[in-house]
Amino acid sequence: MRVFLQVWRQKNGQSKGRFERYEASEVSPDMSLLEMLDVVNEGLVQKNEAPIAFDHDCREGICGMCGLVINGVPHGSEGGATTCQLHMRKFQDGDEIWIEPFRAKAFPVLRDCVVDRTALDRIIQAGGFISVRTGSAPDANQILVPKENADLAMDAAACIGCGACVAACPNASAMLFTAAKISHLGLLPQGQPERHSRALAMVKQMDAEGFGACTNHEECEAVCPKEVSIDFIARMNRDFAKAAATFRPPKARGGGD
Amino acid sequence: MATAVSFTASSIGKKYVMAVSGIALFGFTMAHMAGNLQVFLGRERFNGYAATLHAMPAVLWVFRGVMILAVVAHIVTSVQLALRNRAARPQGYAKKQSLATTYAARTMVVSGPILFFYIVYHLLHFTFNTLHPNYEVTDLYSNVVASFRQVPISVSYIIANACFGFHVFHGAYSLFQSLGVNHPRYNGALRSLAMAIAVLVTTGFIAVPVGVLAGLTK
Ligand code: HEM
Ligand code: SF4
Ligand code: FES
Repeated sequence: MRVFLQVWRQKNGQSKGRFERYEASEVSPDMSLLEMLDVVNEGLVQKNEAPIAFDHDCREGICGMCGLVINGVPHGSEGGATTCQLHMRKFQDGDEIWIEPFRAKAFPVLRDCVVDRTALDRIIQAGGFISVRTGSAPDANQILVPKENADLAMDAAACIGCGACVAACPNASAMLFTAAKISHLGLLPQGQPERHSRALAMVKQMDAEGFGACTNHEECEAVCPKEVSIDFIARMNRDFAKAAATFRPPKARGGGD
Repeated sequence: MATAVSFTASSIGKKYVMAVSGIALFGFTMAHMAGNLQVFLGRERFNGYAATLHAMPAVLWVFRGVMILAVVAHIVTSVQLALRNRAARPQGYAKKQSLATTYAARTMVVSGPILFFYIVYHLLHFTFNTLHPNYEVTDLYSNVVASFRQVPISVSYIIANACFGFHVFHGAYSLFQSLGVNHPRYNGALRSLAMAIAVLVTTGFIAVPVGVLAGLTK
């Protein structure tokens, strides 16, 4: 099959970008979209032109590195799948495919369709962890976890940090991502000691990165490759409000330091 | 105090402010609608109701104070959030496809300001009587009927209240999520509740101009 591409090309963060039209012929329907771009890039390199830059790593839908906006939908309209899992058989011969980077102030373009998503890493660094002594693995089932909580925590932990939720949100809000990260630890016993400080710190970082606020369009949930539910946003709001209402600055009288 | 300040400065805290002030405005709206519908019970009843309210200036002013607070909090916060959201995406998409959002959700920042101008007009119209100096303060019934017999006034009220319906539909649905009231067992019911509230409020308010035009009042 043969498709036409409109791809966002931008030399670096300072330069102005524009769409560039390419033709991709002899495309196999079994190729993934990224493999099709690989072929286009080989052609560009042979012509001594700069290849189209795009992010990818595992190419099996688990690392969260890939992320393109394809015909106006982050990760394309496969549903419940990452960009690397989108195949050319989803398109028709002769289709025009628009390929753009994720757009958000907090995700500056580095080159072409590659954006800097370290803002999400900084949200994790602010509180997406538990402080434990790492020794040998504890006995399984030593700490009991209700099955429902374990399931919910897994659903939240499925988030691969791709940032598609931000890209899809009309407000470029990172609340689905942050909610998933706050919830997957907050639902487990090991996450309880830092539950409140985590919610406060991660939301504070999320705001500091310049993401927008949720207005319940639910676009994030619709594009999330891991189908993380917006129910987690309500859970985050609850945790954050409770944490803000009961926060007291650390001031230990006993115990010493 | 440090945490209270940082709560309302945070994006989630602002959503709580929107939701709580929205609930206050909504509570007022329901009471106001119940009052308005008494216009169909006749001149005596309606003017009597208005007189009862005005006979309790203390209550009235506490009530108005809460409303002014709620309106100011709601509007100031909505402007802050809208600016923040706009700044979060300086460059848009060439192609953008929506998968889930609704008309009501997309137009909140339009229906809100329309409501603001409508409320200002409405207060000047019936509360302060500045638009119609010949209105009798003690005979509200005649003022209402005379106003709504003018088609342009009725039409503007009907349009504003249709906007209001859309605003309240998305608002009532959102506020549960903002406050963290969300449970798979009740989410469907909450959405239906939001729809029921929006339909109820809109028909309740539109009933008055429509009823006057239809000649149900004397
Ligand atoms: C005076 C003019 C008004 C303006 C400018 C305004 C503006 C807004 C805006 C911009 C939002 C946020 C939209 C979003 O989150 O998507 C909002 C939400 C809301 N508004 Fe209004 N509004 C006004 C009047 C009202 C009135 C009269 C009511 C109640 C009857 C109301 C009830 C709500 C509710 C319940 C929400 C949802 C809060 C949430 O998301 O948790 N608003 N308003
Ligand atoms: S919540 Fe979904 S869309 Fe958002 S970063 Fe995680 S996996 Fe990606
Ligand atoms: S490249 Fe790893 S998820 Fe797509």
